[in-house]
This record gives sequence, C-alpha cells and structure tokens, in this order.
Amino acid sequence: MGNFLLVTIQVDLYDRLALNLEADLVQMVSKTNARGVLIDISAVSIVDSFMGRIIGNIASMSKIMDAETVVVGMQPAVAITLIELGLPLKGVHTALNVERGMDLLKSMIGTTEEEPEEEDDDYLTE
Amino acid sequence: MSFNLHKLLQKQKKNILELWMKNQLADEGLREDLISNEDLRSQSEELISSLVNNLTSSDMEDLDGDNWNPVIEILGGIAITRARQGFSPRETGRFVFSLKDALLSILQNEISDPKVLFEESGKISRVMDNLSIITFETFIKGREEVILRQTDEIAEISTPVIRVWDGILALPIIGTLDSSRTQIVMENLLQEIVETGSSIAILDISGVPAVDSLVAQHLIKTVSATRLMGAECIISGIRPEIAQTVVHLGIDLSNIITKASLATALAYAFKVLKLEVKRTTIIKN
Repeated sequence: MGNFLLVTIQVDLYDRLALNLEADLVQMVSKTNARGVLIDISAVSIVDSFMGRIIGNIASMSKIMDAETVVVGMQPAVAITLIELGLPLKGVHTALNVERGMDLLKSMIGTTEEEPEEEDDDYLTE
Repeated sequence: MSFNLHKLLQKQKKNILELWMKNQLADEGLREDLISNEDLRSQSEELISSLVNNLTSSDMEDLDGDNWNPVIEILGGIAITRARQGFSPRETGRFVFSLKDALLSILQNEISDPKVLFEESGKISRVMDNLSIITFETFIKGREEVILRQTDEIAEISTPVIRVWDGILALPIIGTLDSSRTQIVMENLLQEIVETGSSIAILDISGVPAVDSLVAQHLIKTVSATRLMGAECIISGIRPEIAQTVVHLGIDLSNIITKASLATALAYAFKVLKLEVKRTTIIKN
C-alpha cells in the first residue's frame, strides 16, 4: 500500500537530470501504485522554463496515472521567475513545506492514517 | 579699421549691467518673493564680467571651447538654483533674453557704422541664443532631478506586510501599481510568507485609485506567485467602479478569490483555517 512518493531535489537541475527525473518518477509511480507525489524543491535556487515545464509534465503524467502532485518549498525567487516566464503551473498543487504538503495530499486522497511509504530519490550530482 | 568688440564691451561693462538691471527690475515678471534685488544684481554682475571676458573675437562663436566653461558654469548654476526655487521657465528665459536686449542696445549706441553694427549684433545674437538654449537645458535638468528625487521617495514608501493572525497576512496596497512596485510588493509578500509560514495572504486594493489591464495583470501575477509558494491569495477591497472596469476590459478574475472588503476576506480566511470568532457572554453573578 505505498501511498506517496517523496522526491527531494538537492541540486540545481540541469536538463538531462530533469529528464531522467521525469522518466524515473513515472516509472516509480506505476511500480509502487503511488497515489501522491510530493516534490520538495526547497534547495533549488535557479529555474528555467525547461525546468518549469518538466514539473508541469510530471504533474500531468501523474494525473493520468491517478496520482496527485504537490510541489513544496518553492523559494520566492523561483516563484517570481516561473510567473515571469508565464508558467503558473496549472494543475500542480503547492504547499509551503513538506509537512503541509503531506497534509494536503492526505486530505486530497482521503487516505487512512497509515504511515506512507517514502521513496527518497535524492538527485545528487555524481 | 577693424572693429574691436571686446574692448568696447570691457569699457561698457558697467553700462550694460545698469541697463540690464533696469530691464529686469522694470519687468512685470520680477520675482522679488524668490530672489532679492541684491542677489539678482550680484548674479547679473558675475555673469556679465565672465561673459565679457569671453567675447573675444577669435573664438566667440565656438561655445564648445574651454574658454566658455566658466560662463556656462555660472549660467548652469543660476538655472539649476532657479529651477529649485520654483521659477517658471519663462522667468528663467527672461533673465538671459533681457541681457541680450541690453547688449544689443549698447552696441546700437556705440557703433555708428550700420554694416559693422549689423555684423556685431548678429554675432552677439548667436552667442546669446546659444547661451539661452544652454540655460534652458540646465533648467530642465534641474527640474528633472527634483522629479526623480520625488519618484525615489515615493518608491521608498514601502508596502507593509501585516500579520493579522497566525497564518494570515494582509497587504494594504495604496497608490498606483506599476511594474517596479508590483515587483517590490511581490518580493516582500513571498519573503514574509516564507518567514511566517502563513497559508493565506489578503491583498487589499481599496487604496488603488484605478485598475487597468496592466494593474490587473500585475495582481494576477502576484496571486499566481503566492499560489506557487503554497499559500492562498485573496484580493479584497474591490470597489464597484473597479469591478465595472475589470469586467468591461474583459479581464478574467474568475479563478482568483475576490472579496468586497478586508473584513469579509478575513472572515473567509478564518473559515478556511477552521477558526471561529465568538462573542462571549459575561455571566453576572
């Protein structure tokens, strides 16, 4: 009964890494039957339009596979950049931090109060 | 016999000053409230002496030359102080033009040969016209500096972000919203959201005089940015005429929560946060 996937992005994503993340995540969603995906981008300080699109894509793909996506911990500068780029990330739920993101997912999915299984995909540069 | 203008002017310096002062004092537009006659006199004297020193025939027409720097500096100083004191452009212009009149009438009295008179008057005219243009440029520059300073001051009137409740922020916006101001508002708001961990922000626009499509665009941007941060943004204080404008312009605010007043917005925020405000009845024993 894996309910949620938790992705923590620890580095500024470059394009190849972002594409890998997209692929891995969708694979993971299908493998674990996750109902919710929580992406923590509190360590990301720079985004570009490509990155914004990837996040949007992940949300849309998860949606198709019956999972909700919540992006948490966005920095003010990142939010302003995305808005100026004209990417308001429609269809992506957002929350201030991981706890609130979790609460949001729980309330959306209406899950029972069991511990969610967490998959940490730490995208670190190697 | 070549005519020496420089010598003539040196000799007539006093007369020129007297005549010029007479012209200025006779002028109806004299601003004794802004500048005393003694100050005016000393200003005029300074300008004439430096001008006459420069009116040598060799480089009279070349205003870019280094020789003219002192004159231009004096004129510039006068123009800038006048701009700050609140003289009108006309009054500042008169100051230079009346000097031209004085110079020309002195020439008329001193030179008998019409041909020479015509030539020299032409020279003087050209120089004085150039000086007037310089005066005007400096005057306008002085005025612009004043305007710029005021603009900066207005921009510095910060838009405060107020914590009205635990988890609820309010931003009263007063005055016109332009791009730079929106940027400041947005940055302050998002920063505050991060610091306080607030989940609801209320943008109160009752102090915004008019909303056009650009202002609406800025508001929508702010709301979207807040949403990306994981907080909810409510726009309150929408006056009837603003509602009319927004609808007539065809701006779509349907996916933004709007409330008529800050009070109703706060009530809504309480409801979202599942808070209740109750009046307690005091039981008298």
